[in-house]
Amino acid sequence: MSLVQLEGISKSYTLGEVEIPALTDITLDIDMGNLVTFVGPSGSGKTTLLNIIGCMDKPSAGSVVVASTRIDTLNRKQAAQFRGDNLGFIFQSFNLIPVLSVFENVEYPLIMIKKESAAARKEMVMKLLDAVGMTDQAQKLPDQISGGQRQRVAVARALVTNPRLVLADEPTANLDKKTALDVLSLMREMRDQYGTTFIFSTHDPRIVEHADIIHGIEDGKLVPHSQFSEGVKSNG
Amino acid sequence: MGNIFKIAIRNLMRYKRRTVLTSLLIVIGVCMVVLFSGLAGSFKSMMIGIITDSSIGHLQIHKKGYVASIDTLPLNMNMKPKQYGKLTEVLDNNKGIEAYAPRIKFGAMLSNYAESTSVKLSAIDPTQEQRVCTALYTRLKGKHDSTKPILKPGEVIIPERIAKAMKIKPGTPVVLVGTNKDGSVNGMEFIVAGLIEDILGPGGKDGYMHINDARKLLRIKGSEVTEVVLRVKQGKPFKKVAMSLKSDLAGFINKKGKPAFEVHTWEKLSPFSNIAGMIDLMIITVKIIMIAIVLISILNVMLMSVFERVREIGTIAAMGTLPSKILALFVAEGFCLGLIGTAAGLILGVSGLALVKALEINFEFGRMKGLVLRPEINPSELAIIGIIVLFASALAAFQPAWKASKMEPVDALGHV
Repeated sequence: MSLVQLEGISKSYTLGEVEIPALTDITLDIDMGNLVTFVGPSGSGKTTLLNIIGCMDKPSAGSVVVASTRIDTLNRKQAAQFRGDNLGFIFQSFNLIPVLSVFENVEYPLIMIKKESAAARKEMVMKLLDAVGMTDQAQKLPDQISGGQRQRVAVARALVTNPRLVLADEPTANLDKKTALDVLSLMREMRDQYGTTFIFSTHDPRIVEHADIIHGIEDGKLVPHSQFSEGVKSNG
Repeated sequence: MGNIFKIAIRNLMRYKRRTVLTSLLIVIGVCMVVLFSGLAGSFKSMMIGIITDSSIGHLQIHKKGYVASIDTLPLNMNMKPKQYGKLTEVLDNNKGIEAYAPRIKFGAMLSNYAESTSVKLSAIDPTQEQRVCTALYTRLKGKHDSTKPILKPGEVIIPERIAKAMKIKPGTPVVLVGTNKDGSVNGMEFIVAGLIEDILGPGGKDGYMHINDARKLLRIKGSEVTEVVLRVKQGKPFKKVAMSLKSDLAGFINKKGKPAFEVHTWEKLSPFSNIAGMIDLMIITVKIIMIAIVLISILNVMLMSVFERVREIGTIAAMGTLPSKILALFVAEGFCLGLIGTAAGLILGVSGLALVKALEINFEFGRMKGLVLRPEINPSELAIIGIIVLFASALAAFQPAWKASKMEPVDALGHV
């Protein structure tokens, strides 16, 4: 069953009088429960595509349906509501809130978006921290833990609202190989445990092969992933 | 909402030095306002108390049109005995009035048998008058027992400066010559019971005599009076009591179909009301300066905060935080900053006033010497200062908060 349906998506930016295409006529279905990656070089359009699927940007043409909702027509408030109800995000630089502890960072979306009781919040957060192996670091601040641990916290934060889809833009770019693979296997575990669909972008050849489905993207167009994957493997 | 405030406070603690410096500015502003309001307000209240208690009273009631012609002290604008009778019935039934006293005011010639001068006289019932003007005796030269009447029938109290010029001393016989409202002149001999001076300093020409003597001198029959001076019960606002009296007296109409009486608060009758007005204006000016300090410092610090946290704003917006909650978060930060500064400023200001009170600083004003300023500030005034600062804090934080709430997550996340 399709969770994400992209139909003829194009996106272009205007710089002065010059129009720069970022994505061109992308049509794609992504099924539920998969670990999907968009792989391609820098500037290929991966982040733009993730932003459009993540309801943070609108396509110049085409339609986007996520979790049975047409999201390219939503206004700002509806888009924020949709993201809170259906999506989770993992960022390259983790983007944890520095003044909040690990526990509070994971709890944050529940406070700001969901209306759970304090007891329910605690239970949900501790369950997620246990799942990502961060229970004993719960009271530490982000700058007191390692990069890999921060990304684990970010994974827990992305999952705490029980989203259908988690989007991760270059989630391993700031991590060493071992930690990057750890984070990937954590995402796979979470996918298996919670049935969440993960879509991540990368140009890191070390982690591409760990995805269930690989989509190549170059110059804003989808390209055959096998051709791209071979390149990746030969590079790796 | 509690969580938003919790996060807001932690965000403020991220930038401790900046928070402390901004709070310090607010503390100084609030403290200055409390000190100034307390000192100036207490001085004003003390002076009003002295003026009203020693001569004017809190309120005065006259026949309609009298105050407009007060310079000529017209006797033909006195209240008739019947009118005064009706007025006392109203006054007896008004719950805001502590005491009242009738007066006849007129001009006369004062003679010591060698020379003469004009004098303004207030003819009073000493017992009633001293219930209204409880500090009247303090204007008398020399010591005087506050429990005893300041004069008896057959006695007159004359202004100190006139007494000095005419070499009149207490116990000296003098003659007062008055002209009644029909124009006939009459003279009577009195004994000088004491010397009196205006509270704000020498230069006055106002003396006192017994009301029954005035009626004889002016050949007034019955209880005709020029004015009734009133003391309002402790804690009752003068203006509110004046309004209720005006309403009670609205039913009394003169031949022209207009209200028969006019009620005036002390402000309408004393030049000190202008000084009081200036003091109020200065307090308002200091408050405006304080608001400007709060607005500028919080606006500045919140703009910097938003600018430094663009990526963080992008992150929370991407998670699905509604723009209204992002707005609330930043407004709460400004509000908390104001709250910290206000609380510390109020505590410091009130402590400063307590210190001045404990030091018992003496000063002189006009004829009054050895006045001790005991500054106090009304809790409602403190509450108003607090509310103004908190409102200004939230207002100053609103623009940066609005800017934060309007950020597109995709742009904010890409901010370097």
